[in-house]
Formats: sequence, structure tokens, C-alpha cells
Amino acid sequence: MSGRERILGRVRRALADVPPDDTPYEQVVRRDYLREHGDRTVGQTVELLAENLADYRAVVHRCTEGELPSLIARLLTEREAGSVLVPPGLETGWLAGTRVTRVADRAESTPDDLDRVDSVVTACAVAIAETGTLVLDGGPDQGRRRISLVPDHHICVVRVPEQVVSSVPQALERLDPGRPLTWISGPSATSDIELDRVEGVHGPRTLEVVLVG
Amino acid sequence: MSGTFIGMPVFPPPTHPAFPKAAREAVRNPTLRGNLRHATHTIRAKRAKAVAELSDWDRLREAGRLIKDHTLRHLERHLLRLEESVTAAGGTVHWAADADEANRIVAGLVKATGESEVVKVKSMATQEIGLNEALEAEGIRAYETDLAELIVQLGKDRPSHILVPAIHRNRGEIRDIFREEMGRWGRPAPEGLTDTPAELAEAARLHLREKFLRAKVGISGANFMVAETGTLVVVESEGNGRMCLTLPETLISVVGIEKVVPTWRDLEVFLQTLPRSSTAERMNPYTSMWTGTTDEDGPSAFHLVLLDNGRTDTLADQVGRQALRCIRCSACLNVCPVYERAGGHAYGSVYPGPIGAILSPQLRGTESEIDASLPYASSLCGACYEVCPVAIDIPEVLVHLRERVVEGGVTVRQGNKVVLKPAKGHAAERAAMRAARWTFSHPGALRTGQRLASRTRRLQPRTLPGPGKAWSGTRDLPAVPAEPFRDWWQRTHGGKDGAE
Ligand code: SF4
Repeated sequence: MSGRERILGRVRRALADVPPDDTPYEQVVRRDYLREHGDRTVGQTVELLAENLADYRAVVHRCTEGELPSLIARLLTEREAGSVLVPPGLETGWLAGTRVTRVADRAESTPDDLDRVDSVVTACAVAIAETGTLVLDGGPDQGRRRISLVPDHHICVVRVPEQVVSSVPQALERLDPGRPLTWISGPSATSDIELDRVEGVHGPRTLEVVLVG
Repeated sequence: MSGTFIGMPVFPPPTHPAFPKAAREAVRNPTLRGNLRHATHTIRAKRAKAVAELSDWDRLREAGRLIKDHTLRHLERHLLRLEESVTAAGGTVHWAADADEANRIVAGLVKATGESEVVKVKSMATQEIGLNEALEAEGIRAYETDLAELIVQLGKDRPSHILVPAIHRNRGEIRDIFREEMGRWGRPAPEGLTDTPAELAEAARLHLREKFLRAKVGISGANFMVAETGTLVVVESEGNGRMCLTLPETLISVVGIEKVVPTWRDLEVFLQTLPRSSTAERMNPYTSMWTGTTDEDGPSAFHLVLLDNGRTDTLADQVGRQALRCIRCSACLNVCPVYERAGGHAYGSVYPGPIGAILSPQLRGTESEIDASLPYASSLCGACYEVCPVAIDIPEVLVHLRERVVEGGVTVRQGNKVVLKPAKGHAAERAAMRAARWTFSHPGALRTGQRLASRTRRLQPRTLPGPGKAWSGTRDLPAVPAEPFRDWWQRTHGGKDGAE
């Protein structure tokens, strides 16, 4: 007998005492928990996002669409970045202010190639205010999962308020489970040594978030 | 481990001492106790704050319980649906009835890639089946990449906490382990390494990076699997998980069958309750979700190994099956007065603390000395039940398992009904007496226990469960007073205030 048949047979026998029940799943689970916590204006929700991101040691910047190219250029200069990874569909204007060497996000690049790049600039799919979370879904302006992982410096641009939701339930509604999703809440961190939080272990040690709008 | 149950790994060693003995040794180790106390108290306070931010916590907890219970009641349907959606998304599903079968499948998959090294994301399931040792026997080296797991692996040690496996080590010990052992596994620790957490983390970063960049095979577990969509979810902090999940060409995930949830929407409950219960954060730094394979992004081959290894036996127990709701947040460890003093190793399994005390004897059976003693590794104070985000009534299951140990009876092992004999020599009762002695010499735990007893006194049985049953069969149990004596003493200054 295959493992599959054996396991499914055991499951069936183990549940012999459970009476059959055809109640639809939507009725079984009472979802009387909140869709969002607190009563906020759109502006306050964006403010909360900024606060919670900063609380987890992300560096938060705010600017208008017009100021974005010069802000990104400044951030790369301050970082002394020699190269920057660029997802294929990133708005071309965003990097117009900088002359830092651009590295395209290519399938053929090896992890070592990525490791030699200093910074990466991406957009995001959704940002969650209550938890201070950015969600990347691999869209053309965000690129492959690994490009926001290997370089040590990540600049993520969030369009406010369009891309901001209040809560986890609202974020899941907007996301497509068929895409690879990466949820980022602050830079990489560990608390494994006496529960002292240390930022930056394997992912980018510096996360800068630009709220544009 | 005795006779009937084969197919379990050599982990823990069959000779592992019963809980009371192991705990007695641990309690005498002041460094261990100090490390543990510091860690559990810190996280306990932080967790309470994180939970208090959500005014609907009780409703989220109830929803989590209902989702998991429903899943377990219809497990076959959800597993089949999961298999279908993972396969449709380009993954391959394997089924492993026990540890040996799982290890054989994984070793075979690794060998088929021609590789002899793998990088691993921290996973309880692979520890449970002793995967690293099994791979080693096949000539495959498995590198743990979670910082705490790295500390444990380099120190030739065993994990002692679900979330922070090296919680029993302080910074000085970690520095020593890095200095002595890193060189043997790859890049040595930097010259002059000090014991500051930042430097230690940096040493781990450098040591592991060379492994991530060359790895062709990654192995992980998963926190959740969504039947409806075929999506797997891994929550983590360091980014080592993301490295293992996205850089290699082949990804193998070994996941217990109880980790399935029916729908995408169900994640909205657990992604709120899990981070707050475990690391006491609003959200952990990284959560990865993937569905099969994606063209040109991440591994081109994905294998899901669905693991039973005692889970269906646990499912067969009407009282004990609720343990399968566990989302491994570790909140129950951090509030447990027994865990705080005894440490994780005393439990003799990868699942320590209150959840380990009910899960291990169910996954492995109660035949061995350690597993027969685990249901006694508790003062039944109830704190574990109160923090549990899926409302597992751990004290209820503990009492139920004590009864099984002492009285024997019908249970299911490897899918077959077996009749257990009562435990020999009343070892369990002796263990209970030791636990009682411990409680009476630790006033804090006693106080908590008494308060709980007072609050629930209308529900107290007229006979004792487990080992006390014969004794109370011929005696009336004294009624539990409405207020513990010591609370009354403090409130009324020993009666001087004249109240009651
Ligand atoms: S039993 Fe509950 S509290 Fe303990 S680890 Fe599992 S889910 Fe968390």
C-alpha cells in the first residue's frame, strides 16, 4: 500500500466517531473578528503605516511624485552605492536622477552576481498599516523574490494612499495567491541571542521606504 | 522506546531519562535557569502588550479554533484538495506515513539532483523525523541556517525551545561555540570575535552566506498550507528562510498533515495571531508564500512531503486530537512555570513545554519511560490554555493522558488499535508526587494553581482523575475553597482586618 492510501485510510478510521456534517465552510467559521482595528481617516492610516514601519527600524521618507527621482538619487549617494538592481517594469523616471550603475534583474544572474550589487529599488503590491508590512508580489516593478533579498540595501516605494490598507484581512483580499508573495516588516532581524533584537542577518540590513503621494 | 512502535527516529535517544529525573538535573543548573528566566519573562511581557493591541483577540482565537477543528474533522477532503492544487501549480506531492518513509523520500529526492549538500530552514517536522541524521547516513550534509539552529548544530546540542532553540545559551557560550566550531563547517569565526549580539549575528551572516550562494537544494517545513490554492507559508525573521526558499533550484518541504487550512482567507486569522503569540511582534520581519513553482522566479522544482508520523494516531483520540490545532507559536512554553525551571531538554523531544507534554506522548505513544512521564510535567496551573491562540485545553489533555498511562486502555498506534497495559510499578504516581513536592516548594506556581482551582471549583470532579482515582473512589474530595488561603491572608492581613 502506498503512503498515500495508508495515511488517508488512517485519517478515515481515526474520524469514525465524527458524525457526517455538510454545513458549508463559510457557515462553520464565525468571522466576527474585525476587518480593521480602530477608526481612522485615510491620512491617519498612512501615518500609522509610517509609524509602524519606523518602529521596526525601517527608515521612512515621504515625498511627492515630482521629488521622487531626486530623493532616490540622494539615498543611493548617501549609501555610496556603486550599483543598483532594477526590476524590468520599474517606472523609468524613478532612477532618472542618479547615475549609479544599473543592473538588470535577469533570470541568468547567479546569486554571486546579485551579492555584488549594493542596492535595489522596487515598488510594492500592498502595504499594511496596522502591522507595518510591505507586500511584494513579483510584479514587473518588483522583480524576482531574490533581488529584494541578497543586496544589503533595499529602497521600496509605496504609493500612498492607493497601495495602503489598514489590516491583514484587507491585504489578503487584494493579493493573488498564485503569485509568489514576500511580506516584509522591517529589515531582517534576529532575537536568537538572549532575545536582544539585532537588525540584519541575511536579508537587507537597511530598509528604506519611500511613501509617495 | 519499547517494543511495539517502530518507525520513529533515534531522536530522542531511547534511553532519555524520564521527565522528573531530567528536570531535577536541569533545575540544578544555575546558568540554564538564569538564561531561561530572562528569556521567558522578557517575551511574556512583550506578548501581552502585542495581544492587547487587538481588541478582537478572543474572536480571532475562537475563529482559529474553529478553522482548525473543521480542518481536522474533514482532513481527508482538505488533503486531497491540497494535493490537487499543489500539483496543478507545478509541484509534486509525496506522502510519508512515518519518519523512515519521509527520510527515504527526501534522501532520494536530494540524490536525484546529484547534490551532497542542502541548506535548511528551521523546521520542527524535520527535527521530529531526525532528517539531518538520516541524510548524513546517506552522505548528504544538511546545514541549519536559522541562527539559533546554527548555534545548536555547531554546539552538537539539541534545541530547547520551539521558537528560540538556543534559548538555553547565553552570549558568552555562543561566542565560544562559534570560535571553536565554525571553522570545521566552513568559514571560521572572525578573529577577535566578541560576545555582543551584533558581532555574533555578523559572524553567522558571513559563515552562512557562502552556503546560501552555492546551495542547489533547500529543505523547509511550512507554517500553513492552503488547500484551496496550494499555497505554502513560512514565517521567519532573519531572511535565511527566504534564502533557502528562493535561491536553490530544488525545494523540498516536509510538512505535517495537520498544517493544512481550507481557504486563502483563513490566513487572515493566523497571520494576526501567530506573530503576536510567538515573537510578540505585530508581524514577523519576513513571510514567504509560494504556490507550486513560478517561471524564472525561485526553484524550478518543488516537492511537498506530507508527513503523518503519529498524527493520525493523535487524531483518533477524541480528547487528545485538539493538540493537532497547534500552530507552534510557543506562547505556552513562555508562561509555563515548569518549563521555565526545567528547560526544554528535560522533555526529551523536539516539542518541549506544555504542548510537548501532550504532543510527544501522542505522536510516539506512552510506552517509553520519558513519554509516560511527560503528562506529569505540569502543575496544571492553566496558564498554557489561557495564552494558546487556538485554545487548546492542555490541562484537559494532560489529565486524560495521565489516566491512559496509569490505567492503560485502547489507543491507536500506527493506524492500529492496541490495548495498553497500566504503567508498571506506578512510576507515574511517583512522578506525580515529585511534581507535587516541586509545586509546594515553589510558592508562585502553587499560588497560580490555587487561584485557578478556586475559579473553577464548581467544575471540580468528585473523584480524582488518573492515579488518584482509586484513592478518591472511597473518599470524598475536600471542597476547594472560594479563595486560596494565602490570598485571604494577604487581603485581610491574616484576619486582622476582620473581613470574613
Ligand atoms: S499549544 Fe497553543 S500556545 Fe502552545 S505552541 Fe501550540 S498554539 Fe502555541
